[in-house]
Amino acid sequence: MRNPLADKVVNIKPSGIRKFFDIVSEMKDAISLGVGEPDFDTPWHIRDEGIYSLEKGKTFYTSNSGLMELRKEICTYLKRRVGVTYEPASEVLITVGGSEGIDAALRAMLNPGDEVLIPQPSYVSYEPCTVLAGGVPVIIELKEENEFRLTAKELEDAITDKTKILILPFPNNPTGAIMERSDLEAIAKIIEEKDLFVLSDEIYSELTYKEEHVSITSLPGMRERTILINGFSKAYAMTGWRLGYACGPKEIIAQMTKIHQFCIMCAPTTSQYAAVEALKNGDKDVEEMRGAYDQRRRFLMNAFREMGLACFEPFGAFYVFPCIKEFGLTSEAFATRFLQEEKVAVVPGTAFGDCGEGYLRISYAYSIENLKVAIGRMKNFVERLRAEKNA
Amino acid sequence: MREEILNVIEKNSRVDTKELAIRLGLPEEEIVAEMAEMENEGIICGYHTMINWEKTTLEKVTALIEVRVTPQRGLGFDTLAERIYKYPEVKSVYLISGGYDLLITMEGKTLKEVSEFVSDKLSTMDTVLSTATHFILKKYKDHGTIMTQKTEDERMMITP
Repeated sequence: MRNPLADKVVNIKPSGIRKFFDIVSEMKDAISLGVGEPDFDTPWHIRDEGIYSLEKGKTFYTSNSGLMELRKEICTYLKRRVGVTYEPASEVLITVGGSEGIDAALRAMLNPGDEVLIPQPSYVSYEPCTVLAGGVPVIIELKEENEFRLTAKELEDAITDKTKILILPFPNNPTGAIMERSDLEAIAKIIEEKDLFVLSDEIYSELTYKEEHVSITSLPGMRERTILINGFSKAYAMTGWRLGYACGPKEIIAQMTKIHQFCIMCAPTTSQYAAVEALKNGDKDVEEMRGAYDQRRRFLMNAFREMGLACFEPFGAFYVFPCIKEFGLTSEAFATRFLQEEKVAVVPGTAFGDCGEGYLRISYAYSIENLKVAIGRMKNFVERLRAEKNA
Repeated sequence: MREEILNVIEKNSRVDTKELAIRLGLPEEEIVAEMAEMENEGIICGYHTMINWEKTTLEKVTALIEVRVTPQRGLGFDTLAERIYKYPEVKSVYLISGGYDLLITMEGKTLKEVSEFVSDKLSTMDTVLSTATHFILKKYKDHGTIMTQKTEDERMMITP
């Protein structure tokens, strides 16, 4: 029989997280700080709206782009929060999570051989989606000394004649890094000069703890070269609803909609009705959750300080990214021993790119009570490793 | 700062000031001072414990009692409310808008104890026109806390 598989797919490395997941799932009594989704339930009024839509029999496809009512709400929200106007009829596409938006954008924009700049550590899908879309991923390794922000110099050094898209993943998973206005202004200049496009993944935009998130699309000259990706998963604790959106210039959105139309048809209808309610009446929920995350973030930062563990202070998402280089173990070795000896699951930084070596991703999408238990165990473990090293 | 402190301790009054300081990113001395001030001002009125008495072996009944009243000239409802709330078995007294005037929650050991209070003490008070007593059969949610079983974390252990 012939090989039934496509080389392009077979050659994609499985997600580093997957490997670790297999080890963790063997351990029934482990506690986890490894989750990339909110611990809160979707606020009840949002769930209730989803249920109500089902009761009313709203069980049909929506238009390919998504419910007009939802697209309008999204545009109102973006005007209010980002300060940029998008046209609901032609510049918004409702997608199955932010992930689909990333995939559709890359497929709509890349010709074979086009290079995509991917700052890492970052979310696991950018690299494989680029490859699947026929592009060539070019990794920019972000540095802790820059608080894992993308600097103008790093960007400039990575650009070649073939560079077409820069993926901008801030607030960042896994580092929790943010890009402030001045950071964005510095790279915007280069993007314009070099005639690049930006795929700005802002799924964590509502979760920042220093100043309000700034979107690159709001900077002069950037709207026409930016695809903005966002969604409902993180802000409204709606991961399982699988709902996101992409906004951008209508020429690009039209082609993305074509892909979406043939591959997906439309995003889940129930989720779209729930999302309308989230945007209309969900501000208070977001604010409450943000407040809770911020308290946990401070709690963890304080715990690391007390342990003497180096960790830059992250101001976004719900992750901290402590440095474990002092122990002389790889991230994976540390995480594996931590799991086996203390039964706490964290994710090795290398799951998010090679430059995550020497770091761990610790999620604070857990209650303070859970965090206290886990941190107590981490303290034991860190002390044991230090004692071993000094022995 | 007050609102932030209150939001935390309303849910968990046992959080110590050191932890509060860490979580809110404020100096501990300021938090201690602010809480003392709020106690003085009567903003913080106590540090209670949520108890699900149904799970204990103690017998206890709780009733909600609606009371219709003739307000007294110059005194309104306050004098009567005071006469009622001074009974230790009365847990709360509210003045209510709508079909009746006062809403009382009361705890007793038995139905008999509650009904005796209503018939002997409450309904015989001068300005009380009528009462209606509702016994609580099951508490689903109290003080913002759902009293049923805690749910497990159903998320996968590791997700990207």
